[in-house]
Amino acid sequence: MALPAYASTGQRAWHYFYLAFCGVVLFFLVAPLIAVIPLSFTSKAFLNFTKEMLYLDPEAFSLRWYRNLIGDCSDAVVTTVCSDKWKIGAWNSVLVAIAATLLATTLGTLAALGLSRPQMPGRKLFMAALISPLIVPLIITAAGMALFYPQVLNPTDPFTEGSSLHSSFTGLIFAHTILGLPFVVITVTSTLVGFDHSLTRAAASLGGGPVRNFFKIQFPIIAPGVISGALFAFVTSMDEIVVVLFIGGADQLTLPKQMWSGIRQEISPTILSAATILVIMSVVLLTTVELLRRRSERLRGLTPG
Amino acid sequence: MAVTYNTAPAADEYNAAGELMTADGIPLKQALKKSQRRNMFAALGLVAPPFLFLVLLFIVPVLSLMVYSVDDRKVNTYLPKTFALYDQWDGKDLPNEPLYKAIYEDISSAPGLLMGQSSTRMNYAKSRWKSLIKKSNRKFKALKRKNFAGPYKEELIKIDKRWGDITFWQSLAIMKNNFTSGYFANAIDYKIDQEKGYVAQPEYRRIYQTLWWRTFEVAIIVTLCTLLLGYPVSHLLATLPLRYANVLMICVLMPFWTSLLVRIVAWMVMLQQNGVVNDTLVSAGILGDENRLAMMYNYTGTIIVMTQILLPFMILPIYSVMKGISPAYMKAAQNLGATPTLAFIKVYMPQTLPGIGAGAILVFIVSIGYYITPELVGGKDGQLIGNAIAGHLQQTLNWGLAAAMGVLLLIGVLVLYWVYDKIVGIDNMRMG
Repeated sequence: MALPAYASTGQRAWHYFYLAFCGVVLFFLVAPLIAVIPLSFTSKAFLNFTKEMLYLDPEAFSLRWYRNLIGDCSDAVVTTVCSDKWKIGAWNSVLVAIAATLLATTLGTLAALGLSRPQMPGRKLFMAALISPLIVPLIITAAGMALFYPQVLNPTDPFTEGSSLHSSFTGLIFAHTILGLPFVVITVTSTLVGFDHSLTRAAASLGGGPVRNFFKIQFPIIAPGVISGALFAFVTSMDEIVVVLFIGGADQLTLPKQMWSGIRQEISPTILSAATILVIMSVVLLTTVELLRRRSERLRGLTPG
Repeated sequence: MAVTYNTAPAADEYNAAGELMTADGIPLKQALKKSQRRNMFAALGLVAPPFLFLVLLFIVPVLSLMVYSVDDRKVNTYLPKTFALYDQWDGKDLPNEPLYKAIYEDISSAPGLLMGQSSTRMNYAKSRWKSLIKKSNRKFKALKRKNFAGPYKEELIKIDKRWGDITFWQSLAIMKNNFTSGYFANAIDYKIDQEKGYVAQPEYRRIYQTLWWRTFEVAIIVTLCTLLLGYPVSHLLATLPLRYANVLMICVLMPFWTSLLVRIVAWMVMLQQNGVVNDTLVSAGILGDENRLAMMYNYTGTIIVMTQILLPFMILPIYSVMKGISPAYMKAAQNLGATPTLAFIKVYMPQTLPGIGAGAILVFIVSIGYYITPELVGGKDGQLIGNAIAGHLQQTLNWGLAAAMGVLLLIGVLVLYWVYDKIVGIDNMRMG
């Protein structure tokens, strides 16, 4: 929005105030994330900028908190606890997230395919049910699971006595699947809206079976939607803290859980180095989703916008 | 291959009743219906696995909260004989020997775990029940080993004079029922009195009303703050040329995509006593070193951090509405003589109302269910109802109360979503 040449002084002043205000708000949104990055390279054990850091003294910077993060405790100081918990947490998080993403993507895509068929009865009701995990506050979901999962037999471990979905990786994966499911359903259904069904009909008349048709014709076209849904599900699982606090046992140490206990107990710059890595990861993911969205729109013949 | 197109079906394609037939000799209507039904089952078959998964692992657990919130069977399983005789007691004078005998037998034969759980429940109805049960459990079991056979009333009152206090006996009445509305009453600071029904808790014991109000207040304040900060930014993003807008959009989306805990840590770095904000203000001479602002671990901290976290939820819906408003309207209004301000208020703003409504309801709904942020940055006076639910679930183990609060919160959220659906439509929910 450019200012016209005939604008009065008052309009000019107002316009610059408006731009400055927007600048401040955008700064408010990103400043905390940007402040974390340099601070994670501090050589001190405190969470504030020292004078030396502001003068860019090389002595003030180090990679010790990153070494700490990967379980290298050679230069850990007594005041901070160094352990391989971060490594274990990151590993657990990635495994749980991959499993939950695969499950959520498969189930979500199936649901979206069914929902987008014209003969589907009660579409609105099923859709509402499938996206309800997004609507119900996490604390309520977690409370319900915490009270109910101890009574459900763990299908991957049915013979141990007292086996249940509580305090188990299976339970955690199932819970994360539930939380990721709505994202897949929403993204895939919205890709299917623009899908030209005469393509599958053409394939069927040429003799392709339903499974072959799906993988050869439909899937490549809706793939961007499936992948961005999967990315949402992955990020949701990687970032999930409430449910794991309520249904996870001591073994289910995920990265967010380790950050949580880090924040509550021994707050050290190790958390900042983990945070930095996660910020960079989120930027990479954001770029991927944006590129996928553009590709999907190009494939479906919509103008990029 | 020669293909002939019949404009009308041949005579032999009709049956006796004059219905159109397919080549297989089945009436066309029937064949169509069959194929429609097959398609419907195929669609249902696709939706069934995810739906059943969701029902078993999400919908049933959430609905089970409703059962927990009214379930009151514990004391009944603990004191079965007592409750079998309880109705014969007039409730005016101390009960007679048989009731004392029944309660002696119940307590002396119950397992320890059940004793612990039910005495906790009994304590919600009347304080000091728990200690009475604990003491009696020990003494009665010792008596049982000596094959004690009465007289029960005299002996029980000798063991603890509370057994001679009629109010303890009377308080059993509200635990007799298998269902209770006591947890719901408790969740809004009421309690059930045997005679007066629902009565408000004494002033000093009212904690949850404060929490509900605070949750409501925080949600309102955060909604207003995000609207105030988000509206101009959405406008800028919607009116700027696409290349600049895309760069600025990253500033909005990056926090949206970053882990919640990372953002909270980042705010700790910014707002703590020796944080970036305080350090900057002190070194700029605006603030004395001794009056550093307390912006973290209190109410202010909760508001600031929640505003930043929820800002994208406000900006994105408003932005997508503004994007669809043609600049021609503003130009036309100004052409007709309106000042830019008047044109903005009279012409532009009304068109953005759907976006404002969507963003505001979304932010409000998300913030009333917040738990993690207040827990980490809220300190004592920044706690919300979500924290109370978590506390009762994990620390005090008062599951009934936690479930009742959860159900109340859930009802509130669902009503708001219904409103949201009426205004925007859930299908129009967008991400990224």
